[in-house]
Amino acid sequence: MSAMQSKTVETRHATVRYLEGGAGEPLVYLHGAGGMTDGDPLLAELAEAYHVHAPFLPGYGDTAECGSLRDMLDFTLHGWDVVEGLGLKDPILVGHSMGGMIAAEMAALAPNDVSRLALICPAGLWLDDTPIPDMFSLLPFELPKFLFHDPEAGAKLMTSGLDMSDPKFLQDYLVRNARQMGMAGKILFPVPERGLAERLYRVKARTVIVWGMSDRMIPPAYGPAFRAAIAAATLVNVPDAGHMVILEQPAEVARAIASVALRR
Amino acid sequence: MKFTWFNLMPWPFLPDDFREKNHSVWVDIDQRLFDPVKSNAVYNTYMDLLEYADTLGFDGVGVNEHHQNGYGIMPSPNIIAAGLARRTKNAAIVVLGNSIALYNPPVRVAEEFAMLDCISGGRLVAGFPVGTSMDTNYCYGQIPALTREKYAEAHELIIRAWTERDPFAFNGRYNKLRHVNIWPRPIQQPHPPVHIPGGGSVETYDFCIDNTYSYSYLSFTGYLRAKALLQGYWNRVEERGAPDKSPYRAGFAQTICVAETDEEAERLYWPHIHYFYNRCLHVYPGFADAPGYRTIKTIQAGALSQYAPPKGFGELTWKDLTEGGHVIAGSPETVRQRMEDLIKGLNVGNIFCLMHVGDMPAEKCMYSSRLFAEKVMPKLRGLFPEWEADERFWCHPIADRAVPGSLPAAPTMAPGAAPRATVPAE
Repeated sequence: MSAMQSKTVETRHATVRYLEGGAGEPLVYLHGAGGMTDGDPLLAELAEAYHVHAPFLPGYGDTAECGSLRDMLDFTLHGWDVVEGLGLKDPILVGHSMGGMIAAEMAALAPNDVSRLALICPAGLWLDDTPIPDMFSLLPFELPKFLFHDPEAGAKLMTSGLDMSDPKFLQDYLVRNARQMGMAGKILFPVPERGLAERLYRVKARTVIVWGMSDRMIPPAYGPAFRAAIAAATLVNVPDAGHMVILEQPAEVARAIASVALRR
Repeated sequence: MKFTWFNLMPWPFLPDDFREKNHSVWVDIDQRLFDPVKSNAVYNTYMDLLEYADTLGFDGVGVNEHHQNGYGIMPSPNIIAAGLARRTKNAAIVVLGNSIALYNPPVRVAEEFAMLDCISGGRLVAGFPVGTSMDTNYCYGQIPALTREKYAEAHELIIRAWTERDPFAFNGRYNKLRHVNIWPRPIQQPHPPVHIPGGGSVETYDFCIDNTYSYSYLSFTGYLRAKALLQGYWNRVEERGAPDKSPYRAGFAQTICVAETDEEAERLYWPHIHYFYNRCLHVYPGFADAPGYRTIKTIQAGALSQYAPPKGFGELTWKDLTEGGHVIAGSPETVRQRMEDLIKGLNVGNIFCLMHVGDMPAEKCMYSSRLFAEKVMPKLRGLFPEWEADERFWCHPIADRAVPGSLPAAPTMAPGAAPRATVPAE
């Protein structure tokens, strides 16, 4: 049984579904472009130590996409609307991949409202020498090698219990993918960069950056770039993990988050 | 009936093993396969063929827009159309069309289409596609989920630029313009007829119905597969309470090859048909449909990209393609019968005749086009007599059109000067 409960909170733009569980310091977790499930092992780890709130971006989970969220500022303010709606002040802010990009933008926009920040393989920067693959054109069977340290095991994680030959499943998959990646595309397509590099100097939070050393989606070269741009940042490289370090090494990620979690 | 001679302008030198050795014909096609020197002859032959179609009596000559595409070397159809506006006499110039979300600002389309209409004497038929996902999203970087909103805004701006007579400010989400005041404006009033290429989106049906635009289905899979899609359109025409079901509300693209006999058609055209379906349609499925490009409603209705069919196009035989209706080919009588089935079955008044296919050489293309124009077209003209007067979806040229190359003899003295008095001989 999952320790996470599914709840909703209203913002001006959307009815937002979120997962809630655990007890302790409030923590907000923003998922990546691939979405999130209530069986997420990292959320389970975090719920051992914190009061976890993990909102679905509109279009993810069972929620409809939101036409009035169009650009990076909309997404960033939406993040703050959700925190406000949840009644939280200065939660530990954690984001993975696209969620890391949104979390970093939130911390840059309102630096006095975020004192602890964890960015896990975040999107948001672009290095010409290390281009990020075009995730939007990749076919489902091509994804595991970009996402996982062990693609074979990763493929099993992605498709367990799914019947790709069932037309109903295929249609549902296409609809879900269009909803989710359609929304993600507003800040990630065609190049996942919206000017964050020019705003990161504003971040005041004690920050930990976590990277899977086998990440072939956003390569580990991006770790030092984030660390250099944020004043109080440390970088933790996790071996035997790819972009989905949250599935492959959830305990390591939780340990890294713990290193910044204490209020000073 | 309106028959438009259409050429996608495929690159005719893709290697035999193109499919096996290349990722995609579109978006990331190998630069080295394009030979600019060879393209000089290719472009000029293709434009000659379009001009030839005008002399055969086709109602229109058609061009379209694709980017980074091995089967369509026409990123700017307006450049080809400008040549045609000068070098053709009677045919409509059917630009199908400009992907209006890609032009910045979209008044550029209003201006260029106005120029084409003025130069051609009112022969422009304007097309406003959303553009394929390959072109619009993967080549031109538009955000898929915002493409339709941007398109709708571009459309509003262009129509206002064409029809308003005083400068206006346009405060759009994607376009902020303080002084919209295009110069020139089109001959055709209130504006040239508009055709919208679509791929089965319900939203596009409604857009055409509400604006009295013609809905065009441009597919490579032929009329048998198009029936369900166009039936959806006609059902929608009825549901929305449109005043009529004129066949000119719809258009359809069909690959057509005519010879003296069915056997001759297979012998002459199969290599080029095969080239097209095997090499030109080798599109990487990941580029076919960027997530967010198609609306959820459209995906739920089952309208998926034609560029990622479950079984691919590469292995289809002549028999598969002709019996399946992808290609209508054979003797004039065979082609007439099948075209009549198509026209009546789909209720379409505008046919975009794909007469040049793959790497077809000019002489075969001319042969097929002439047979179609002389032996097939006249027998199909009389279909839909009750709609003969429906001119809402076609161009209205001015009667007295300028003829290119009609300068007076080169002057030998200052124009207007009195001729010098001749000196009488002593």
